[in-house]
Amino acid sequence: MNNLRGVYIIWYRDLLRFWHDKMRMIGSLIFPLLFLFVFGSGLSTRMGFLVPGVDFAQFMFPGIIGMTVLMSSFSAGISVVWDRELGFLKEVLVAPISRASVAMGKTLGAATVALLQGIAILIFAPLIGVSLSVWTVLALLPLMFLLAASMGSLGILLAARIRSMEAFTAVMQLLMFPMVFLSGAFFPLQDLPVWMSILVKINPATYGVAPIRQVMLGASADSPFGINLLGHTMSIWDNVAVLAAFGVAMTILAMWSFGNQE
Amino acid sequence: MTDYIIKVENLVKRFGDFVAVDDISFSVARGEIFGFLGPNGAGKTTTINILCTLSKPTSGRATIDGFDVVRQHSQVRQSIGLVFQDPSLDERLSGLQNLYFHAMVYSVPASVREQRIKQVLKMVELWDRRNNQVRTYSGGMKRRLEIARGLLHYPKVLFLDEPTLGLDPQTRNRIWEYILELRRREGTTIFLTTHYMDEVENADRIAIMDYGKLVAIDTPEELKKIVGKDIISVKTDDDDKAAEQIRLCYRMDARHDSNGLTFEIANGEEFLPTFIREFGTKILSVSLRRPSLDDVFLKLTGREMREEEVSDIFKAMLHQHSRRRRR
Ligand SMILES: Nc1ncnc2c1ncn2[C@@H]1O[C@H](COP(=O)(O)OP(=O)(O)O)[C@@H](O)[C@H]1O
Ligand SMILES: [Mg+2]
Repeated sequence: MNNLRGVYIIWYRDLLRFWHDKMRMIGSLIFPLLFLFVFGSGLSTRMGFLVPGVDFAQFMFPGIIGMTVLMSSFSAGISVVWDRELGFLKEVLVAPISRASVAMGKTLGAATVALLQGIAILIFAPLIGVSLSVWTVLALLPLMFLLAASMGSLGILLAARIRSMEAFTAVMQLLMFPMVFLSGAFFPLQDLPVWMSILVKINPATYGVAPIRQVMLGASADSPFGINLLGHTMSIWDNVAVLAAFGVAMTILAMWSFGNQE
Repeated sequence: MTDYIIKVENLVKRFGDFVAVDDISFSVARGEIFGFLGPNGAGKTTTINILCTLSKPTSGRATIDGFDVVRQHSQVRQSIGLVFQDPSLDERLSGLQNLYFHAMVYSVPASVREQRIKQVLKMVELWDRRNNQVRTYSGGMKRRLEIARGLLHYPKVLFLDEPTLGLDPQTRNRIWEYILELRRREGTTIFLTTHYMDEVENADRIAIMDYGKLVAIDTPEELKKIVGKDIISVKTDDDDKAAEQIRLCYRMDARHDSNGLTFEIANGEEFLPTFIREFGTKILSVSLRRPSLDDVFLKLTGREMREEEVSDIFKAMLHQHSRRRRR
């Protein structure tokens, strides 16, 4: 009971801060939208259809959503480093709520904010020519949330271990950009050089981006949106299982790591 | 037998080679106001951090209400409240939201939450600014909000780390009234650190800490008896010559300090008239006072409590100024 209330209030605070900071919402949308319209539109005319009926902008759209959600949730760990620097973390750590519930609340807060940003991008679907039914949207939301929560807990885990702002930013950039670029967000996963194909497959984000694309653009067995892992083409559920396993592992590590800090 | 709520045995905290807390032991009775007094860097905050489970001791043991601060930290956290020395507010939230967060985290019952938040905000005169983000507050307002927050849930032990540093006397008094009221009603134990002497005058007992060690622990009255005699401060136009003279005539070592020369003597009132009449060096000013805790600290450690560089410069300026006017 105490723990649930702890999770709730930590989560609630993150949302309050997000609400106070509306510029952050707008700011965080500029980058993905630029990507989508500049690259997407610029390359679409040149490249034509990747698959019948799917041009490059439409192909990239689910990738951009994945990128937005990933970057937002992953970088939310920085708020823990800020809290430590500005002293508020002491107020949290000395309080009679378990450290695990603090880590959980932070992860859920990061995931919720990231989900809201993903939804804000989703609204641009009609401009790209991606048509979304209500059912598609309802299927997308949990997928986006799962990606957000997994990456959020990874960010929180790092923040529990890394004390300085500079070090955290460095490590974050070092992990985040390769994860985004090697997730299949911006290119089909077929016919990649071997080294790249390996990196893509060990990248957890890949299993977050793929199901979003499969739900949005179709997931027939021979579609180029699936991942081929050891001769097996991963279905939506396969991807979800891999990502969920990663997410649960990171959440447990983050909760444990938070409990151990002075 | 006294009911001790805080027990500390042979507590040590090292940072690398540096010993911040050096084997201290003491106990605090339930409902007591316990003052922890010492200069900057003495190890007061380090001790509080250990008692509050924010830092682990290198060795030794401490319990709060019977719970070990290392092994039973969640029970300890249930029992305590804390006003930190350093800032600890969420500046992006409003004052009200900061208090709401605290009330939620400390399970203040919903039925009294609103009313109690209002009460503490009014006490520190922040009710009118409750909906503004904390980053728009002045330094003093932030401090007041932190104190209000610490008083929001009624803990068994309330730790106050240099709570009223930089607050005006009126606010200080109001906060103290509230704390004393809380103790009367709830039996709250108050553990207070400060390097302001007048702040610990409210304390039932005082521990004096210096370089990580406890040098004394007693009631303010008993501590003052360590000095015992009255204290006389004189300013002369030649302090070195005057000190020599005091040594010869009264067999006493006078100390040079920020007030000129200081020495102790029994029955100061009777001594003073003869002293002024007979003293060979020209006296510019003289004062007589009862021993304060500052004097106790000086007596115990041989140093002044506050190395007040700023205030010394200020005094020197005033001194020059008054001399110039006299000419
Ligand atoms: N985390 C730390 N690492 C190294 N030294 C520390 C740390 N925290 C405190 N100290 C040192 O321990 C001493 C006692 O500090 P502190 O407890 O804050 O003193 P006080 O609160 O009495 O002013 C100081 O010399 C301080 O520099
Ligand atoms: Mg201190």
